[in-house]
Amino acid sequence: MNAPFPAPSPTESTVDAAPGAMLTVRIRRDGGFQAFTVARRPAQTVLDVVTEIQREQDPTLAYRFACRVGMCGSCAMMVNGRPRWTCRTRVAAVAEGDGLTLEPLRNLPVVKDLAVDMEPFFAKWTAAHGAFEPGAVPADDFAVVAPESPERRAVDAGIECINCGVCYAACDVVAWNPDYLGPAALNRAWTLVNDVRDRGQDARLAAVSGDAGCQSCHTHMSCTEHCPKALAPTFAIAGLKRATARAALKRFGAQAFRGPSGRRPS
Amino acid sequence: MSPMLYLAQRGTAVILAVAVAVHLGTILYAVRGGLTAGEILGRTQGNGAFLAFYGIFVVAAAIHAPIGLRSILREWTPWRGRSLDGAMLAVSALLAVLGLRAALAVYLA
Repeated sequence: MNAPFPAPSPTESTVDAAPGAMLTVRIRRDGGFQAFTVARRPAQTVLDVVTEIQREQDPTLAYRFACRVGMCGSCAMMVNGRPRWTCRTRVAAVAEGDGLTLEPLRNLPVVKDLAVDMEPFFAKWTAAHGAFEPGAVPADDFAVVAPESPERRAVDAGIECINCGVCYAACDVVAWNPDYLGPAALNRAWTLVNDVRDRGQDARLAAVSGDAGCQSCHTHMSCTEHCPKALAPTFAIAGLKRATARAALKRFGAQAFRGPSGRRPS
Repeated sequence: MSPMLYLAQRGTAVILAVAVAVHLGTILYAVRGGLTAGEILGRTQGNGAFLAFYGIFVVAAAIHAPIGLRSILREWTPWRGRSLDGAMLAVSALLAVLGLRAALAVYLA
């Protein structure tokens, strides 16, 4: 079972600062950093800090948020160099001394200040065939999927992704190879590969193969380390590597046995 | 990297893990035993097992190394496409020719 919100690591202090303490916040804007000073408050989150700066000091500061409670995934940004949900990150847990450095999510084009364009992220999600494919003809009956079946368990392990982009920002392979589909898209593809009702598996396995696909993953596990939902995209990608390898061997065997035209040699 | 290249790289990695260990063990045995070049060649000359082992070793290395090199070049340089694939095929052929030539030379010496 995946814990929805991992507890802070033992090295992360969650003790609030003394009353009257101030926080220096460096925010990346216009190619440089702009510093702001904000009062420390009890149980203050990084999103609280950004909101206070925008409302009290600089209304032109751009950032994105919606739910504020860790459900929508839209407030992710780089906090002291690590991608995080700012709504679920307490300042006391991540401040370095009395300082905080905020930057837009890595590996995505910046719209303005701390808001990034998520279009490439979702375009790759689509390119990885991240949508359920029901087939040309509707199924005759409901599919029976046992909750304890290996396929259903594999789906359960990755289905809670809310596409916040944290894993995508944490991935070094995306930074090196901008074509790489990234952990979130591949994790989504793996949940569908294990969906026994899906009828688009051949096309999906082809889409997640190649230089932009699962084989390019270096298994650094940054995605798994940083996922705020404690999912493990690395293992989903490993599953895709096995599935695409099996499919390729099957194709190779069929071609060797029947010939490239699909007909058995006489 | 296509699934077949991926399989080829992982498969040859398994062979290389064993081959490198045997190769290093052989070097240690030869050096610590104080064998001369003549004594080493005396053991390898006409030895079919030796030729088969190093033949497999060389072919595995010639498949494994260019696939990894291709990935590194794709990630660290803008080099892409058929010219890169062609260059890696050339690297593979070079490794195979030089390696097999060396193994054969020691076998025939």
